[in-house]
Amino acid sequence: MVNKLPPATRQPHSYPGKLIAVEGLDGSGKSTQLYLVRRWLELEGYKVFFTEWNSSSIVKNATKRGKKRNLLTPTTFSLIHCTDFADRYERNILPMLKAGFIVLADRYKYTALARDTVRGCSERWVEKLYSFAAQPDITFYFHLPLKTALGRILAGRPELKYHEAGMDLGLSPDPVESFKIFQGRIHKSYEALSKKHGFTRIASDRPIEAMQEEVRDIIRAQIDLPRFKVVNR
Amino acid sequence: MTIAKRFYGEGLPGVDPASLNGKLIVLEGADGSGRSTQTALLTDWLERRGHAVTHVGLRRSELVGEELAAAKNGNVLSPRTLSLFYATDFADQIENRIVPALRAGFVVLADRYIYTLMARDIVRGAEIDWLRSVYSIAPVPDLVIYLTVPPQQLLERFIYRGRNLDYWESGMDIGYSRDWFDSFIRYQTDLHRVFTQLQREYGFDIVNGNRSRQAVTRDLQARIEAVVDPPEEKKG
Repeated sequence: MVNKLPPATRQPHSYPGKLIAVEGLDGSGKSTQLYLVRRWLELEGYKVFFTEWNSSSIVKNATKRGKKRNLLTPTTFSLIHCTDFADRYERNILPMLKAGFIVLADRYKYTALARDTVRGCSERWVEKLYSFAAQPDITFYFHLPLKTALGRILAGRPELKYHEAGMDLGLSPDPVESFKIFQGRIHKSYEALSKKHGFTRIASDRPIEAMQEEVRDIIRAQIDLPRFKVVNR
Repeated sequence: MTIAKRFYGEGLPGVDPASLNGKLIVLEGADGSGRSTQTALLTDWLERRGHAVTHVGLRRSELVGEELAAAKNGNVLSPRTLSLFYATDFADQIENRIVPALRAGFVVLADRYIYTLMARDIVRGAEIDWLRSVYSIAPVPDLVIYLTVPPQQLLERFIYRGRNLDYWESGMDIGYSRDWFDSFIRYQTDLHRVFTQLQREYGFDIVNGNRSRQAVTRDLQARIEAVVDPPEEKKG
């Protein structure tokens, strides 16, 4: 068998599966919402697969080393995360889309687009870098006023990590202050992406149940769910 | 005549292209084409003439060099992941070695460059468009030399030196053939075809490596001299 690179995908994808992604700032409630979607689809008996944006040991080691020797630049930071994403994409997401599953992604390539452009990478470059990853069928963007988001995150997190706080950008010597500026820029970046890529916007400053109801309604309307029923044998 | 050092694409965040005063010289060619030998000879020659020289190559970054070596041995990564790993490794060297050396006025001798990385991926089915964009972060070299040696000749050099064929350099992962020699010839032939394609776009000097070491060295020196010591820039 010839081991070849799959072609870069343009929207929309033609795989039998469906891809639903959630994006938004930390504290926007996206993970909770996606968890509830997952439970709903599983309990209703649909073929569903969940994947989340977390770093593999490869990236963790490299970023640790990079940080220690101050080696990471915006470009290498972007590339190392894309390497990690590609591995996850081709190992988990793509096979599941081909196998006809509803794939639920807690953060997707837009997380990288938002973050890397804030770090100074060219938007065109990062977008092309991630062009191999299929466009989701629905991208839910959980948005809320920046102030609310910051309050939620900072309340539950006493210590901020170096890159998480955007300390590498030299915005402020104070991690909390740096984090606030950094998140503000990411927020702006998300807003721009939302327009450009047609995200489905969900207002996050509401009760969990109300948000979930809206999310499920949208999924029901846009995805032919019966097609994804698990067939009992 | 001073050509401003430029990037293929929009450049790197925070790097002023005008500050890159050194010279970047790239040697491309298959394993066994004489790259390493010539690099050593050229280094002596350049240093004798008073140029400070620094070396870069593939898979030498501090950032992911280890992980990349491990991944290659395990052969567990998808082609795209491996491709991006190499790109990360190379970007790290661009930013942490090539750019600082060029800024400091060094002659940077690159034992392979983005073209090898691109060619390997293209042979494995990658879209050239994607690769062109990924590697648009690379500085444009002052000179790219592509040492060509016919695949059959490369094989003879390997055998002569008592070396085994390398799994990746033989393209065994592609699945041309279960026969190593056969696979090697086909892989190297494909790579050469892609290099010829890239040559048209990126403009390499193609140098016949299938000659005596001395003849190749003299040829390379003449080409490099024109770049690092052009007549009108010579002092005393």
